[in-house]
Amino acid sequence: MNENFNYKMKLTDDEKAILHGSKGETMAKVMKTLVLYGDAFNAERFVPVTGKGHLVTSFGISVLKPVFSIMDELIKAGLKVDESFTVDPRPIDYANVKCNPLQKIVFNKVLYGMQDSYEVQLKKLGIKDNNAFTCASYFDEVGNTPKKGDILSWAESSAVVFANSVLGARCNRNSGIIELFGSILGKVPEFDLLTDEGRKAKWIIEVKTEKKPEAQVLGSAIGMKVMEDVPYVKGLDKFIGTELTDDAKAYLKDFGAATASNGAVGLYHIENLTPEAKELGEDLIVEGAKTYVIDDAELERVYKSYPVMWKDKNAAPKLCFIGCPHLSYAQLGEWCERFEKELKAQGKSKVGIRTIMTTAPDVLERFKKENKSAYDKILSFGIKITSICPLMYMNNPLCGGDTSNVITCSNKLRTYTTARYFTNDDITRIAVKGGI
Amino acid sequence: MSKVFKGRPVVAGKISKGEAIVSHNGVNTLATFQKTALLHDIPLIGKDYVIGSDQNNPDVFGKNLTGKVLCLPQTIGSTTGGMVLYTVSALKISPSAMLFSQPIDSLAAAGVILADVWTDNSIVAVDSLGDEFLAYVKDGMKIDVAEDGTVTVE
Repeated sequence: MNENFNYKMKLTDDEKAILHGSKGETMAKVMKTLVLYGDAFNAERFVPVTGKGHLVTSFGISVLKPVFSIMDELIKAGLKVDESFTVDPRPIDYANVKCNPLQKIVFNKVLYGMQDSYEVQLKKLGIKDNNAFTCASYFDEVGNTPKKGDILSWAESSAVVFANSVLGARCNRNSGIIELFGSILGKVPEFDLLTDEGRKAKWIIEVKTEKKPEAQVLGSAIGMKVMEDVPYVKGLDKFIGTELTDDAKAYLKDFGAATASNGAVGLYHIENLTPEAKELGEDLIVEGAKTYVIDDAELERVYKSYPVMWKDKNAAPKLCFIGCPHLSYAQLGEWCERFEKELKAQGKSKVGIRTIMTTAPDVLERFKKENKSAYDKILSFGIKITSICPLMYMNNPLCGGDTSNVITCSNKLRTYTTARYFTNDDITRIAVKGGI
Repeated sequence: MSKVFKGRPVVAGKISKGEAIVSHNGVNTLATFQKTALLHDIPLIGKDYVIGSDQNNPDVFGKNLTGKVLCLPQTIGSTTGGMVLYTVSALKISPSAMLFSQPIDSLAAAGVILADVWTDNSIVAVDSLGDEFLAYVKDGMKIDVAEDGTVTVE
């Protein structure tokens, strides 16, 4: 098997044996895929994965039948992930995100008709548990928080960039399926963000704003400028501090998701804050690095450059999504306070449009137990809390089309859907008022 | 008059007189392919070809990409990217080739490799063709690709 396959990676005898079929035909194809993947980036060897896995594919969407066929083939071959893994959020939650009968037909019969069978596949392959569905698997509550230096086989751009940058783990921007193959093999090809050289910055970002920049707009501006390169950000510690507090981590989560979705950033360094920047400082910057200066005017230019994809650009919003990536425990409390203040200012008791916050199932359980008063307040404001992926929800043309008029404070959701982006302050005002 | 560029074959293959579609910015794979892919199985709505649906990329937005030679710097965006490329390849609605001016990125590499190993509908991929390639090639130009990564633009 794979006898005539030419490759450049240096494989151990065990790895060669797997490639030639010692663990069956399917495992040989898994190995061939990973060897070709390594060869594409001149990887010399495989290195062991030392952290739990995280998969990006969480939705049983019928068009992904080719993906589910691979999963079936893996299961039939008796392959699974040794350590349990987490996975991105589920697409629907009818209890908290209500749908009309027509929308449900599209979800159940057309889009996500394979959700149940896909979740059975995930169980057979070794998913953590029923609460494993979140894009922010690195939250302490979820139990998949990598340590500094861990080698990971993850996908989900927002999770990869957080694990690399904030936690100091090492993970490439792997695609769906590839991340599962790495977790099954327990090894990944060593290249790019797994190497010291690949973690060096080719861009210096100088933040020269008068006030704390909106995380999602700053990340968007940087992502669009540096694309896949590593940026070294100066001047941000002035606003978010030099310690990775819960607030700083929440800010960096949203910032990183925007760099990854508006560009292709897999790692950033924040001067005096993130682990490698604290350790190595400007030694992380390559010679000849380019510079991008960001001031308030530049952020305003970027904010105003986002196209409005609604059919009627002046229409009133109908639905507001907050929490892409999923909100942290601290952020749920902050949003409660933000809405409480705005409702008081506008003399109202409930929000003016349907508003949904999203968070990880384990975080929601903690929030209900440990901050019940805030949880109850959020519900009393007329806001729902769920653990779905808003992007997957908006894939339903009846829920996310150009007449759905969804607003969001997520630059990732804006990028992949017709949702219109507003800053945290603006969206709070609009959601309470019920209009722009 | 034709112009020849030499790149590195990531998935080797031959293309004869392929029609170029050119993106000067990174192609966001999920944003570009998701609309067609999601609606593919819906009766009356689904299409057997891909219309680029990325609102942020006017170079590919609204254009038919199936069977075309997609010329681009790299791909960007969600890590579903490789899986999406593999899926459109398995559905036989993918571009016939992807020609990268820069070294290929990890998501595109995953997509074309998965398509090569796990389907019978490979996407020919050549990378490192250089900035001059992307400056020269225009929508609609005819492109030949050889197994050794030689790209001839007519």
